[in-house]
Amino acid sequence: MSVTPENIGDLSRRTLLQRAAAAGLLATPAMGLLSACAGSEPEKSDTGGGAKSKDNPFGVKDGSAVKVVIFNGGLGDQWAKEDKVIFSAKHPNVTVNMSSTQKIKTEEQPKMATQPSDLVMNSGADMMDRSTLINEGAIEPLDDLLTAPAWDSEGTVADSLLPGTVGDGTQNGKFYVVNVAYTVWGNWYNAALFKKEGWQAPTTWDEFFALAPKIKAKGMAPYVHDAAHGYYPRWGLMASIWKACGKQVIVDIDNLKENAWKADGVVKALEPWEKLVKDKLLLPGKLDHTQSQQAWLDGKAAFIQVGTWLKNEMAATIPPGFELTLSDYWHNADDKAPKDVFAASGEGFVVPSKAPNKEAAKEFLRAILSKAGSAKFAELTKSLASTKGSGDNVQDTALSSANTLMKNGGSELISVKFQDFYADLDKESQNLSEELMAGRLTAQQFVDKMQAAADKVAKDSSIKKQTRTA
Amino acid sequence: MRHGVARFVTGFLALPVALYLFYVVWPFAQAAGYSLTDWGGYSDSQNFVGLDNYVRLLSDELIRKAFWHNVFFLVTVPLFTIALALFLAFLLNVGGREDRAGIRGVFGSALYKVIFFFPQVLSLVVIAVMWQQIYRTDQQGLINGLLIKIGLVDADNPIAFTADPEPFLGIPAVLWWLLLIAVWSGAGFYMVLFSAAMQSIPKDIYEAAILDGAGRFHTFFRVTLPLLRDTISVAWVYLGFIALDMYALVFVMTPSQGGPNHASEIFASVIQFNAFQKGQFGYACAIAVALAIFTILLAAVQLRITRRERIEF
Repeated sequence: MSVTPENIGDLSRRTLLQRAAAAGLLATPAMGLLSACAGSEPEKSDTGGGAKSKDNPFGVKDGSAVKVVIFNGGLGDQWAKEDKVIFSAKHPNVTVNMSSTQKIKTEEQPKMATQPSDLVMNSGADMMDRSTLINEGAIEPLDDLLTAPAWDSEGTVADSLLPGTVGDGTQNGKFYVVNVAYTVWGNWYNAALFKKEGWQAPTTWDEFFALAPKIKAKGMAPYVHDAAHGYYPRWGLMASIWKACGKQVIVDIDNLKENAWKADGVVKALEPWEKLVKDKLLLPGKLDHTQSQQAWLDGKAAFIQVGTWLKNEMAATIPPGFELTLSDYWHNADDKAPKDVFAASGEGFVVPSKAPNKEAAKEFLRAILSKAGSAKFAELTKSLASTKGSGDNVQDTALSSANTLMKNGGSELISVKFQDFYADLDKESQNLSEELMAGRLTAQQFVDKMQAAADKVAKDSSIKKQTRTA
Repeated sequence: MRHGVARFVTGFLALPVALYLFYVVWPFAQAAGYSLTDWGGYSDSQNFVGLDNYVRLLSDELIRKAFWHNVFFLVTVPLFTIALALFLAFLLNVGGREDRAGIRGVFGSALYKVIFFFPQVLSLVVIAVMWQQIYRTDQQGLINGLLIKIGLVDADNPIAFTADPEPFLGIPAVLWWLLLIAVWSGAGFYMVLFSAAMQSIPKDIYEAAILDGAGRFHTFFRVTLPLLRDTISVAWVYLGFIALDMYALVFVMTPSQGGPNHASEIFASVIQFNAFQKGQFGYACAIAVALAIFTILLAAVQLRITRRERIEF
């Protein structure tokens, strides 16, 4: 039986199409973004409540499940699977649901206000802004993890961590972020090539500028950096400021102190970078991180600045005989803190405040920070873990050069906080760092513009201010 | 009987309308609500701040920059896409020789149609990733590699493409390079759309025009173009939406998503930054609502201007 409408009224094909088009107007591009803002009421969660003991300091309940999200970036996720084995050996009746992704914010942010995962590795380009998480009360302070006994060594968890790790994870006096990796930054070179050519790896800018013509004569660019992500060149710029002017200047910058960027010596510290660009010592092209790293591995450039995850990230394409070696950022003869090394704990785990099984999340962190877990981490990623002694038994030029650098370093570790405190300054400093490295800004202009950006944040009442003490 | 029809239509539409209300209209309303608060995006608490967010966006330098970049796309994307699509559609349908079979397209037009349409079946992100390789900024890039090999570009100074903020005709170069991709990926679809519209124009109109001694130029401007007015107008509105979006290209292809140094900042990238990096969802929602209002006004004006009597055939 077919239905033929007797009278479809005025609804001709043309008007129908018109109305459909009018309805389509509502699906404007902005609307897609609008709906991203929608949230809803949270559900009540079931808390652990198992018996507490030395082996179970948080009272993880048998039969419960814990959802762990791993950032699958430069370090991969195999190490985390090893931690799962270690965890399950002690807690066979707790189910670990582990997943890994590169899109932490995309996948986890929408769940934060309602049903978040229990443990999230907040890392990578798509990470959730840390200050926002803390200001919004979205993540849990983890001070009790620090005082808990270590998984498989004497003392507390805090005792087992490398210096700086607790400070790096602390904000407003509370410990929120558990960094599991320990990263050292600097200029990388191929030790095998330098041996062959009889080049000495420079330690000062003067030595570098003396060596540069010899490198160029071999048809190589002396230096290459990531020109797509501004935080890569920013490490080098900030390291130079710290080395030249000392820690207090960076602390003042982080605290938005008036004219902090205009302090004596800041411009001078950055001038070698300006000269590096002006003298055309950079590899031509605006390459991103993996492109520039590959160009360096291909022998197109002698030095590249990046952190210790480099080896793991490029593992598949490192040519045989290539000796990845890390050296410290170059300094000037009259620098105040020339020996301080740029190193920090990184790859931070957070426990959402609304997580249903916070006890198991903390217990899992204890497993990650264990001796066994961190040794596996170093072995698999060729990067140091934030637990002491993780790299002791790993034979590797990249790792051992980072180890040596740390041992010969000054009394302080170089660290910069403003990019974690203020998203605006993070973006602005990334942009301006790339502008400086593209030769469109002088060191003086860079400093003036950074000061202006810092002043703007200082004056903006909608931005909550943070304080750096140490 | 009319009553019965209404009931039938209502019953038929109830479910889709309900879904539409819940998944489309309700989030819009929520977003408009959030735009009046200082919500940060990670908690379930927020304060009502009235129109503060809207007042603030009027004096936001970044939004002003983004606005003008979107206006650039709003003018250029429809203009170039429609011009190219019309040109291709004309060649493929009525641009060839006239013979005993009447008017036809250039030789091989069926094949060209498939080739030109091809970008449409690719996701925009796939297109962006592919063009990253074409635009690569050293000699391994497709364009740079070719130009360096034939000596048109200096290997020490390759084209920077989307990393180039230097102005060309007063507009940052990065925007022109993005425009090229947008036009390339859009023209095929509108070519097919215009082809379909052209095929519905009776051939005898063309034959009459030709008998009257009209050349190709006149046939196109005096016959084809006026009869395609409706289709072009719809295409213009849709391309306007695309021009106000452009998010995927900016997000994948430009340094710091909107760089270098804000040279390719657009509404969507500013919204993204404020919501997801800065954690000011309330403010981001206000920008999104403002953009939505702007879009709707623009479409209304567009449809009003191009409305006039239709020729039925």
